[in-house]
Amino acid sequence: MKLELKGITKRYGSLVANDHIDLTVEQGQIHALLGENGAGKTTLVNVLYGLAQPDEGEILIDGQPQHLGSPSHAIKAGIGMVHQHFMLVPVFTVAENVTLGMERTRVLGLIDRRRTRRDVRELSERYGLQVNPDTLVEDLPVGVQQRVEIVKALLREANVLILDEPTSVLTPGESQELFRIMRELRSGGRSIVFISHKLKEVQEIADTITVIRRGRVVGQRPPTTSDAELASLMVGRSVQLRVTKPPASPGDVRLDVQGLTVAGEEDKSALDEVSFQVRAGEILGVAGVQGNGQTELCEALLGLVPAAAGSVRLEGQDLTHATPRQRLHSGVGYIPEDRQEDGLVAGFSVGENLILDVYNEPPYSSGIALDRGTINKTAAERVADFDIRTTSTATPVGTLSGGNQQKVILAREIGRDVRLLVASQPTRGLDVGSIEFVHRRIVEERDQGVAVLIISSELDEIYALSDRIAVMYEGKITGFRDPDVPPEELGMLMAGASDADAAAFGAAADHGQIAGGEAADETGLMEAGLYGVGLPGVAGNRREPADEGPAAGDGTHADGSDGSGSGSQSGGTQSGGSGSGPADDSGADPE
Amino acid sequence: MSEPPAPPPASPGLPAAGPAGTGTPAAENAPGPGGRGQFGRAVLDAILEGNSVVVTILAIAVALVLGGLLIAFTDPAVLRAWGSFFANPGHAIALAWDAAASAYVAMFEGAIFNPHTVAGVFHQASLATALHNGYVAAVFNPISETAVNATPLIFTGLAVGLAFRAGLFNIGAAGQWIGGAIVATWLGFGVSLPPVIHVVVCLLGGFAGGAVIGWIVGELKARTGAHEVVVTIMLNYVMYYFLAYILGTSAMQQPHSTNLISPVIAVDARLWHIAGPSLRVNAGFLLALAVAAGVWWLLERSTIGFEFRTVGANPSAARTAGMSVERSWVLVMLLAGGLAGLAACTVIQGTDYQLNFQSYGTYGFDGITVALLGRARPLGIVLSALLFGALHAGGVQMQAATQIPVDIVIVIQSLIVLLVAAPPLIRAMFRLRRARAGGLSETVAKGWNA
Amino acid sequence: MTTLTTAVRSTVAVNRTLIASATFVAFGLADILLFGLFSHGDATFAFAQFGAKVGVPNLVLPAAPVAYALGAVSIAIGVLRATVPLSRAGRRACIAGAVLAFVISLLCWADAGNSTALNVINLLQGTVVYSIPLILGALAGVMCERSGVINIAIEGQLLLGAFAAAVITSAFSSLWLGLIAGSLAGGLLGGVLAVFAIKFLVDQIILGVVLNVFASGLTGYLYDRALVPYQNRLNSPVTFSSVKIPLLGDIPIIGPVFFDSTIFLYITYAMIALVQVGLFRTRWGLRVRAVGEHPTAADTVGIKVLATRYRNVLMGGLIAGIGGAFLTIGQVGSFGKDMSSGEGYIALAAMIFGRWTPLGATAAALLFGFSTSLQSILATLNVPIPSNILLMAPYIVTIVAVAGLVGKVRAPKADGQPYVKA
Repeated sequence: MKLELKGITKRYGSLVANDHIDLTVEQGQIHALLGENGAGKTTLVNVLYGLAQPDEGEILIDGQPQHLGSPSHAIKAGIGMVHQHFMLVPVFTVAENVTLGMERTRVLGLIDRRRTRRDVRELSERYGLQVNPDTLVEDLPVGVQQRVEIVKALLREANVLILDEPTSVLTPGESQELFRIMRELRSGGRSIVFISHKLKEVQEIADTITVIRRGRVVGQRPPTTSDAELASLMVGRSVQLRVTKPPASPGDVRLDVQGLTVAGEEDKSALDEVSFQVRAGEILGVAGVQGNGQTELCEALLGLVPAAAGSVRLEGQDLTHATPRQRLHSGVGYIPEDRQEDGLVAGFSVGENLILDVYNEPPYSSGIALDRGTINKTAAERVADFDIRTTSTATPVGTLSGGNQQKVILAREIGRDVRLLVASQPTRGLDVGSIEFVHRRIVEERDQGVAVLIISSELDEIYALSDRIAVMYEGKITGFRDPDVPPEELGMLMAGASDADAAAFGAAADHGQIAGGEAADETGLMEAGLYGVGLPGVAGNRREPADEGPAAGDGTHADGSDGSGSGSQSGGTQSGGSGSGPADDSGADPE
Repeated sequence: MSEPPAPPPASPGLPAAGPAGTGTPAAENAPGPGGRGQFGRAVLDAILEGNSVVVTILAIAVALVLGGLLIAFTDPAVLRAWGSFFANPGHAIALAWDAAASAYVAMFEGAIFNPHTVAGVFHQASLATALHNGYVAAVFNPISETAVNATPLIFTGLAVGLAFRAGLFNIGAAGQWIGGAIVATWLGFGVSLPPVIHVVVCLLGGFAGGAVIGWIVGELKARTGAHEVVVTIMLNYVMYYFLAYILGTSAMQQPHSTNLISPVIAVDARLWHIAGPSLRVNAGFLLALAVAAGVWWLLERSTIGFEFRTVGANPSAARTAGMSVERSWVLVMLLAGGLAGLAACTVIQGTDYQLNFQSYGTYGFDGITVALLGRARPLGIVLSALLFGALHAGGVQMQAATQIPVDIVIVIQSLIVLLVAAPPLIRAMFRLRRARAGGLSETVAKGWNA
Repeated sequence: MTTLTTAVRSTVAVNRTLIASATFVAFGLADILLFGLFSHGDATFAFAQFGAKVGVPNLVLPAAPVAYALGAVSIAIGVLRATVPLSRAGRRACIAGAVLAFVISLLCWADAGNSTALNVINLLQGTVVYSIPLILGALAGVMCERSGVINIAIEGQLLLGAFAAAVITSAFSSLWLGLIAGSLAGGLLGGVLAVFAIKFLVDQIILGVVLNVFASGLTGYLYDRALVPYQNRLNSPVTFSSVKIPLLGDIPIIGPVFFDSTIFLYITYAMIALVQVGLFRTRWGLRVRAVGEHPTAADTVGIKVLATRYRNVLMGGLIAGIGGAFLTIGQVGSFGKDMSSGEGYIALAAMIFGRWTPLGATAAALLFGFSTSLQSILATLNVPIPSNILLMAPYIVTIVAVAGLVGKVRAPKADGQPYVKA
């Protein structure tokens, strides 16, 4: 089945989300849609799936124009979709979820459970998708839930399968499993639209890559295209973004976490005897696939969930059983993972949000009376200082862009005297400019002697910011690494490999014994992946051969690579100071 | 309990590419604080606020029209005339108009101003005699009655509205009213204290009596997560039967009476009349206005109110910011209960002087409609309490003059709130342009799981 | 949201076990200290039914020893609950056991040394009859809330249904017409609820409360304006009489309680079965639950979310309307101001207590019906408990239930959240 999009345009108010998009997906093809966050990929997919109606343009299937007024039209037309946020009912079984909307029934609409179960099992086995039809979806790991979504689409005889950022919730191993399934579906003659902002995945799996930027198709490339080219297509300008990061000069231990355990669901520990230290003037990055205890770690550090065991000390002061307020007062700054939910009150003004956790302290209040004058004055200062784009301090914060909202939180948290900054996914969903700003301010905090803990599921961010890296898997820290660790090694730790195994693998990869080309590939990708373009400085900072330079600190190299940051994209890494640094050209090889 | 993902089109992943991404040059030109932007915003606000005022006024008008139709078409004479509509359509319409109009005129005369009373003043020989014989007082009687009716409504409206702002829906003002009434009444007849002090003690007691009932709700929610709507509804009935019980015991029942009624409270415990002895308006009304101002200050200018509002708007963010959501729940319900208790004080100490089911009335549930119409803001609550107070005062007069049941007031009242809650409906009726989304829904938490 | 739940969950989990077991122990102590110590003599329970074909002998129990024994059982349950982790069924059995022990002790104490026997048949018949509007109201709530619309307006639907049934039955002298009118009146209020909740996105809890006020005002106004002056023409309906089911109705004890009643009881049985099977065994039910749990997911597989909700809210209203009709043409025989007197709110509590399932809601409604029936029976036995205190019981039970005993009640996830498509 051939899917064609002609001149699809979708506007939201004055914003053009999709601007005359043309796209052809051939039968039996994996077609990647590559673009930054907010490039308009999701809108396009919603149009394709009948969740949004295009203002202009048409969709053709095998040459026939289609009207996709709702998802059921799309399903009828043979389009299936795996949403980024799964469309599964958690309290239903796999079989119920899969057949929802096309139930197998007997007389009077009674559900034929046996046939339902049999159909689901047959279908999943045919494509090597192992799922038990009787399990409740809420009891399944994310990777399996995704499989349920695919089975769901297949049951509806989808000939075109849309996968919206399918790997964002998966471990590297689960991603490979997904790719295997995708290849199998392709060989069965199905077409797949694969949406991602990750260059490496796109190059690995796609037959054709269409790059979208600001709602427009800016190019179509074969998967053999170099990452540099894809990256610059994706971002559209050769931005010189990098974290100018002087070497860290760690001081005394600021945060000391020992054996911290947080109870999870059903006797499992969400956080399992986690121990680590963060020194003053140092950034510890916590890497890991989302949902492996990072959220609980943050909440336990802030005192939002009680510690079942272990201790938390800040500058020697025991905070294990302190309330969130006591911790904030002791100098913990916190940038929560979900800023809308935990960080801001959307209906409150910028000014009110800027005092959300200091409103009861002088100079903002005396007794129970708020001092409006001081609050407004400070707010105005912060808005200027942090370049928050808002019409006034009285504007509701919910009307600001994501980047400016994050700046409000940042201004509030580091605007006061913090000793420890905990930042969880600090740049999620932000545009390039804001990412740069947030990263710069975080590094500045470090340089002023604040201990910084960054939790991020974006490896690129971890590499860009960390002075040391810890990896979390299933509530445990599986290993600590210096930022020169190869990404494969981190990947193994993130997937639950033991510390020693990962180290052995990493060492091998570093010496080119395992798929040298692929290791090189990683490098180029990581560097490209961060902001979508080559980031020589960052790359050089982390990608040091193990046999060169000291294991920790890594400062000199970072410096060196910083100096070369403005070099050509493909050459940047090499001049970054390592002879074995790979060129992007080799990294671009998809196989 | 993570949120189900927003409907995809609602968040198409675009905001990130919005102002900051594409609109950088424009954003740079945006004026800083205190610049042109603030003025623009003020104008914009005025329009938006104006719009919500417009919607409210239109809602009141529509509700009055619907109420008028209900009055007209339940009038036997009107129905007969409409039965033979084609014989004399003019007559039918005129009769319907007359029925509704006479009801509303009576209502107006009972609530605000009755021209006949003025005529009464001018028929007197001199102003002095007019004053002395109560003719002047009669002119102000409707206004006085409106204020008297509005007084407890201000308090119960605040009891509901204050809890609203902290994200709690307090349906329990009725039960809290009883808690306050029992304590205030008992202090009123059971102890003897000097003047002034007795009034204050009764007020404090009434506040405490209501606060205890409110506190139970907050404490249960904070400790066990019991939904406040369920608990308040149940407590209303518990208190109702408790009142029935205690009014039948020797502790509260008027001696030698078989009715469920308490003894009369001491003269020293009564709230002072503020417009002469013949008008019922009393110091309770002034107290209500002062308390409304106090609640405004608490909400908008104090750290406690800041906590309440944060907890109400986003409990997760409140918790993350170090606030104790549970403590806020307990405190706000305690205060809300106290306010409902004060409502009882103004009834018992201001007008009724003894407690029975007559004085219990419908203040608790009326408080909900008052708070909703007033958008949970103290000024709005005072204004809507005055409106509903006027409807009640007028309704009594209307029933006396036209035999139309006073319950029509409840119908009109709920219609107003229903229409105000759905601004799109009013806008569609009058083809107004859309303003800010959402009506009252923004103020409170949604659903049982919230 | 995550933060909030986790924090609440962990503290509450511990609390609930403690609260639950403490409640059981308190029940046991009440059995012993209250009912046991103050019982003197024997309690006699009668199972006689006027005109029954098979006679059942009276049961005579020594009140105090029975109360002591049951108190011990209750305390044992409390200890068990605190020490042994139990399955959900086990936890429910604990509740049932403690409640049963409490009720029997209470009955023993009430009738101890009393010359009149306590008629169990009357008690149970009363339970069933009082439960009918509660069950129908709770089913209406289940219908609405399973599809994601909160229905607090059950009270108003009962009231409007009662009013319409009384007026139409009186005016047209047709019980069936009255029944249909009552149902439609409930459905009408359901329709208003649906439009304001689904189309205008009004907060559904607020909406329900306001609709109740509206229904109270409207029926109150019409009652004074029309029903009082035209009492004979508009408010003197006949009532349905009892229909005894052949064979089943003759079974001792069970027969007179469950199979010898008005059509309303049989409609109620049918409704319970229909809603239970419909929701959990059919395509329709699967879709309704999907809409109530995850409307976006339902939408993406082509289920019409808004239509499903409209339909369910309307059907819920129709069911509640039948419950309202029962109040006038099944029970009392005339409409009175605010005659639903909070039963809609108890129905709401029963629905929550019954965890949004038809069978659970029915069980809860029966429990509330029982406490009302018990109160009226005890009043005839000259028991030294003021009837007003007894009348509080269902409400206090509900508070205790939502606070601790039932464990974590979980509403359908999207309950109360309007579904907005761009």
